Amino acid sequence: MGVIIDKELCIGCEQCLDACPFDALEMKGEIPEVGDTCTLCGSCADVCPEGAITVPEVERAEDDRAAQAKGVWVYAEVRGGQMPEVVAELLGQGRRLAEQLGVELGAVVLGHGLGGVAGELFALGAEVVYAADDPRLAEFNDDIYCKVLTRLIAEYKPEVLLAGATSVGRSMIPRVATAAATGLTADCTGLAIDPEKRLLLQTRPAFGGNIMATIVCPTARPQMATVRPRVMKRGERRDGFEGRLITVSLDAGDRAATQVLEVVQSLEENVNLTGAEVVVTGGRGVGGPEGFKVVAQLADALGGVVGATRGAVDSEWIGHAHQVGQTGRTVAPKLYIALGVSGAVQHLVGMQGSDTIVAVNNDPNAPIFDVAHYGIVGDLFKVAPAMLSHLKQLRGQG
Amino acid sequence: MDYFFTEEQEMIRDLCRQIAEERIKPVRAELDEKEEFPREIMKALAQADLFQIIIPEEYGGLGGGCLENCIAVEELSRACCGVSTSYAASFLGAYPMLLFGNEAQKEKYLPLIGSGEKLCAFALTESSSGSDAGSIQTEAKKDGDSYVLNGSKQWITNGGEAGVYTVIAITDRSKGARGATAFIVEADDPGFSIGKKEIKMGIRASATAELIFKDCRIPAERVLGKEGLGFVVAMRTFDKSRPGVGAQAVGVAQGALDEAAAFARVRKQFGKPIITFQAVAHMLADMAVDIEAGRALVYATARYIDSGAKDFSKVSAIAKVFPTDMAMRVTTNAVQVLGGHGYMREYPVEKMMRDAKILQIYEGTNQIQRNVIGQELNKEYGRKK
Amino acid sequence: MKIAVCIKQVPDTANVKLDPETHTLKREGVESIVNPFDLFALEAALRIKEAAGGEIVAITMGPPQAETVIKDAIGFGVDEGLLLSDRAFAGADTWATTAALAKAIMGLGDVDLVICGKQAVDGDTAQVGPGIAQRLGLPHVAFVKGFREIDNKRLVVERQMDDGYDVVELPLPALITVVREVGEPRPPSLKGKMRAKKYTVPMQGAADLGLDASQVGLAGSFTQVVKVFAPSHSGERRRLEGSEDEMGAQVIDALVDNQVIMLGS
Repeated sequence: MGVIIDKELCIGCEQCLDACPFDALEMKGEIPEVGDTCTLCGSCADVCPEGAITVPEVERAEDDRAAQAKGVWVYAEVRGGQMPEVVAELLGQGRRLAEQLGVELGAVVLGHGLGGVAGELFALGAEVVYAADDPRLAEFNDDIYCKVLTRLIAEYKPEVLLAGATSVGRSMIPRVATAAATGLTADCTGLAIDPEKRLLLQTRPAFGGNIMATIVCPTARPQMATVRPRVMKRGERRDGFEGRLITVSLDAGDRAATQVLEVVQSLEENVNLTGAEVVVTGGRGVGGPEGFKVVAQLADALGGVVGATRGAVDSEWIGHAHQVGQTGRTVAPKLYIALGVSGAVQHLVGMQGSDTIVAVNNDPNAPIFDVAHYGIVGDLFKVAPAMLSHLKQLRGQG
Repeated sequence: MDYFFTEEQEMIRDLCRQIAEERIKPVRAELDEKEEFPREIMKALAQADLFQIIIPEEYGGLGGGCLENCIAVEELSRACCGVSTSYAASFLGAYPMLLFGNEAQKEKYLPLIGSGEKLCAFALTESSSGSDAGSIQTEAKKDGDSYVLNGSKQWITNGGEAGVYTVIAITDRSKGARGATAFIVEADDPGFSIGKKEIKMGIRASATAELIFKDCRIPAERVLGKEGLGFVVAMRTFDKSRPGVGAQAVGVAQGALDEAAAFARVRKQFGKPIITFQAVAHMLADMAVDIEAGRALVYATARYIDSGAKDFSKVSAIAKVFPTDMAMRVTTNAVQVLGGHGYMREYPVEKMMRDAKILQIYEGTNQIQRNVIGQELNKEYGRKK
Repeated sequence: MKIAVCIKQVPDTANVKLDPETHTLKREGVESIVNPFDLFALEAALRIKEAAGGEIVAITMGPPQAETVIKDAIGFGVDEGLLLSDRAFAGADTWATTAALAKAIMGLGDVDLVICGKQAVDGDTAQVGPGIAQRLGLPHVAFVKGFREIDNKRLVVERQMDDGYDVVELPLPALITVVREVGEPRPPSLKGKMRAKKYTVPMQGAADLGLDASQVGLAGSFTQVVKVFAPSHSGERRRLEGSEDEMGAQVIDALVDNQVIMLGS
């Protein structure tokens, strides 16, 4: 199925070919032919000067869920008694979305010994909390967590469900989406509401960050999305807010097929990349583990954390815990300093949300300079020490 | 240039090239620096079925011949001779079994070597016996249904890493040329141990060690062929393996030309890339001529041997002598083209020059090769009317 | 043990370029490769087969040319392959993709373990693995980075988490997704490649899987793309000038002036 081109109106200007992000159009004689990679995104229809392109409605099976579903939910992950930062960020964003839709914001939490979690969730923005507290939920097992959450969705019919793209989220939420027979968009970098259609507009990078795509789930409910940490903004805290607590019990027969035997904290130093205000990253240009010394010195002087590109981690110059990028962590610190980093798209995806980006690289054509607010073409082993010594000077440390 | 390989030969070449690029090149400098045996790479070569190349199909192998061996060795040598030596030496050790082994021996050992489960090594050289192979001192005395070996071997490639060794030892000194026997020795045979591990100029990833036999007792079933055939086993083995050394030479020379030509295109002096200066262009041209001549010679010889030729000592020696001498020229000139950079360990060509030297020395020095060729010429022209 | 590995043919996204003027992706001349994460899935399958014996089937959903990834898999030592191809599959989101893959796996009968790579580098969603597990009613563990125990009834695996890893026992039949730490992929083997050359890849379409057009492809998807645009990089960009020492000092001054660096912190 693809867009429809009116042969009578088409003038063969080929602007649609240029506009198509998926290479789905090919000229066959005077008229473009639509290939299998067409996603009906409509970029071609937008540019056609003759209005010759129509995007057909996708015929879908009848689904009345959209009419019944109400409410925005956030899955509040708890792990080792802690709630990851992303939950607060999602509640902040969830609050904004719920207000636009004119509905309640709910939070769902599963676990054991949950204690004061509900209070915390109310303070962060939830109006109603669904809490399932059961020894069988003490450790994270995908199947039983999925079963409980799916049951809640079927009973309470939220129209939007957000979850953090953490290890837990990325494992469990796709299973829940399938169990609930609904659509899920992973790793969203932007969430907005189309108020007319009550649709969640889910924006995310595709093709390794080369393009951004906005996705919707027209008829199925809930509209599900996972979001990476440090992408959304937390909301205002309101301590003491009293919301509704709904306790959820499991069925007698519920049990997890898998069993967690042991939980091991990372043997590497706890590298809190996602929480850092300053990240100083070393890339291939650092040349080896020795080279990371100056990266660490600069990070230290600025109260920041050392990051690394995939190239540096693969070469075993530094551990995976420091990796920033598509297959590492996403960071959005106040200050991001990239030393000897070329700026491959897979890395940019992980840091381009940073407030201020400084890049040092010998190669004036390195793509990192396209995103850097301050670009320095030079030898990092000369620039970084110069930065350090100037900083020391300004601080009166001589 | 197209050498009209079969599909299978192309597959071998492409797979070896892929492994060379992805797995050998990135670590060759470190292996050389640390003199570290390339265990992980040997494992990958085994997984790729590359140790099956010359093992006959009935023992689980691919049933290839000399040419397939040369293709594989050339591609691996282009990346690192230390790695290709470790690989090729396993075949050197296996040839005696392939050529002279009985059914029971072939069934026992060839599948182990072909799967890469055990590496193999060939042991002839001793401290006082290099070119003068006839003067070896290691003895094997028959004792009931065993033989007892005493002596030592020097500079054995894969020494300490191999699981199976083919060893030439004297069984009856009075019989002169018929006085030695070839034996199969396993790494855990009683009385067999590894002695000194050598520190070398080049092919540093390759393990070179002393083998010590102290009342080393092995069953009589370990005799290859029969008593007295030892030197024949050795000579026939070298006849088969020499083109492989030629292939190593072609490979390392090609690797050196790759580096030199690429460098000469980007290095600018006097405002121009140095490749545009005739002095440099001519050096590169001579390198290219040498390499193509060496390659054509190795492949032609390999094809001739694979056709079932009976008497190929002369051509085999020629296919070793010319490529290895040219590889020394080519790698030395590669360093010259890179100039000061070429001398620095940061660039790969000085290693290639250090690696190439051994090719003129082992598996019969190039002086011995010339002896062989001279003797064959004498025979040949003596036959003419 | 019967192991099914789901693999995908993707464009080599490292080389997919964005046309700077039109902000569209140019995929011409970009090679198609096996999704890098799926190479780890194949390696995991081969190691499990070495430990516990059995048979490995590689399945892929894609256009007819995707049969090359099946042949590549045979080259690595996989026993059989299956290509799911049908014009109706085009434009499938996770829901429609898992519908087809799950049916295909059911059709194999008696599968003990399904292995998927963590995510595909073109879609990047990492959703297909868990989705298949749910459809097949199998327990799953995602982000497996190592195996502690392997036998015909169960696996004990290490599951990578944000702050370390968990050791999880998983009864078979089950599904796992794997990450790169699970092991260095082996090279293809000569015997494998020779077999791959002669291997005819079986193909199944929607009808063979018992699916009608409304259940697959764009029509069978819950989600759809409504807009595509180039990522924007906000803020002014400056190139500093001078010697390395000068530029180092300048940038610190600028950061201090803009209160990005607080003096005294």
